[in-house]
Amino acid sequence: MRLRTLGLTAAVLVISVWVALPLVLITIAAFTPRDLLYQWPRPFWPEAFTLETLRFFLRSTGVWQSTLNSVMVAMLTIALAFGIAAPAGYALSRFRFRGKDSVQLAILMVKMFPATVLSIPLAVAFIRWRLYDTLLGVAIVHTALSIPFVIVIVTSVFVGISYELEEAAMTLGSSRVQAFTRVALPMALPGLAASAIFTFVLSWNEVFAATILTLNNRTLPALIIDSVLGAGAPLHFRFAGGFFMIVPALVIIFLIRRYLLTLWGVTVR
Amino acid sequence: MAVVEADLPAVAPRPRVNWTPYLLILPTLAFLGVFFIYPMVQAIWLGVTDPQSGAFTWQHFRRMSADLYFRQAIRYTLTITLLAVPLQVMLGLTIALLVNTRFRGHSLFLYLTALPIGISDLAAGLIWLSIFTERGYLNALLQRLGTVELPLVFLTIERPDWLIGAIVITEVWRATAIVMVILLAGLQLIPKDYAETASVFGAGRWQTLRHVIFPLLRPSLQTALIIRTILAFQLFGTVVTLAGRQIPVLAGEAYFWYSLYRSPNVASAYAVLILLFSGTITLLYLRLLRIREEEVKA
Repeated sequence: MRLRTLGLTAAVLVISVWVALPLVLITIAAFTPRDLLYQWPRPFWPEAFTLETLRFFLRSTGVWQSTLNSVMVAMLTIALAFGIAAPAGYALSRFRFRGKDSVQLAILMVKMFPATVLSIPLAVAFIRWRLYDTLLGVAIVHTALSIPFVIVIVTSVFVGISYELEEAAMTLGSSRVQAFTRVALPMALPGLAASAIFTFVLSWNEVFAATILTLNNRTLPALIIDSVLGAGAPLHFRFAGGFFMIVPALVIIFLIRRYLLTLWGVTVR
Repeated sequence: MAVVEADLPAVAPRPRVNWTPYLLILPTLAFLGVFFIYPMVQAIWLGVTDPQSGAFTWQHFRRMSADLYFRQAIRYTLTITLLAVPLQVMLGLTIALLVNTRFRGHSLFLYLTALPIGISDLAAGLIWLSIFTERGYLNALLQRLGTVELPLVFLTIERPDWLIGAIVITEVWRATAIVMVILLAGLQLIPKDYAETASVFGAGRWQTLRHVIFPLLRPSLQTALIIRTILAFQLFGTVVTLAGRQIPVLAGEAYFWYSLYRSPNVASAYAVLILLFSGTITLLYLRLLRIREEEVKA
């Protein structure tokens, strides 16, 4: 028994270090003075940390604007994804209807679908529809990617809130809509917020579609891909960029940790 | 549909259909129709028609396959997938089983190991670049240990094995979390008394795992495998940051054909190829895992 505990602890420690160490290292790199990054022998730990590397990244051409673009796209995606998919999630949680199983299967298939490659044919269509190189165009593709996640989380949130509460409100004289907005919705808010946050990360992180669908209005990942592939950006720019991209993710995964299993847990049965 | 609904109460004596759920699902279906089904058809269309005349042609597929990078792109994509996915599943399963023992501090461990879910392929590539680059942490460590005098160059096509190794490590680090979360969700659906019953009847830990847990976990395992493999076919950010075009991959080639050579048609041919690969592998997984299930029953 002792041996087993020891083995478990060792495994947990090794895996924790494996996940955490690269995150620590990129953080150190982002705060290391630029010249140390190119020195040999290369010191692990800089004597003095500096904000200069990050400041250089943030002041580079286009970074600030593309960060704003990324945030805008993410907001648009959240609005679109909720407007479109939240009703479907609610329907799946509250109604039994014919074809429900096929709808659920379709959602799962969309989640598995290699969706980003569709941005190439979409780019051609978007030029015709005047959506090419617009933030809305990118947000539309991100919406398609996030719809399955919004649906599963909204469904699970409303499954967790008893329909009897809504029925009780209706018996006491409120309409169907009032019962929803005054009783079910407030209880659902934390879960809905979690899926909004997840949608934000999904959009913030998406590289391929954003790179294909924009030219001047780059999102942050598209700008970084550009500067890595096209302009050969210096290493300190890349490290600071990498660090800057993961900071929101770390906060956000912490906020939604309760819902992680719901987001990914649905399987083919 | 609206007409039918309006007519129903007056004409039909049939039991009334509740249209509300269909109405609520309609926006999703409409949106996915326009931005999912349409581009898929469009991808195939662009792949097999001449951009000027609109006539049917194989020229884009021929141009794609005649390209020097084409064979390499297929080979590297498959190699990286074949190396990374099994490792992700093994490590993901290990972590899920560890979390499921509910040791003290398991929720912190879960949060930590789930972190990479929020990290993009691009950011993960940049993180590991800081380790594998010439003046990176790995060389610093080797120098400290006295193994190297001068920094080794890991990320060069002269050492393709190392380059692929770096990409596989980065992919395992980044994407194990998704596998882990899917498997953990599956594990938590298995009632605790199953394992208890098994141990009452004298099964050891391994036997319980092998004969009770794994068979019940198969649907989750199947989902994890499908999702991970399909995502691996779309590999882009990690490769681009670590190897540039030294290691061509399918999605990368689609990108280069689209934005470098300005040929949406050949890029679409690549998109169709990725779709075909993904469809084939999904069917293959479903078939393989189902047959084994029947064997168990027989």
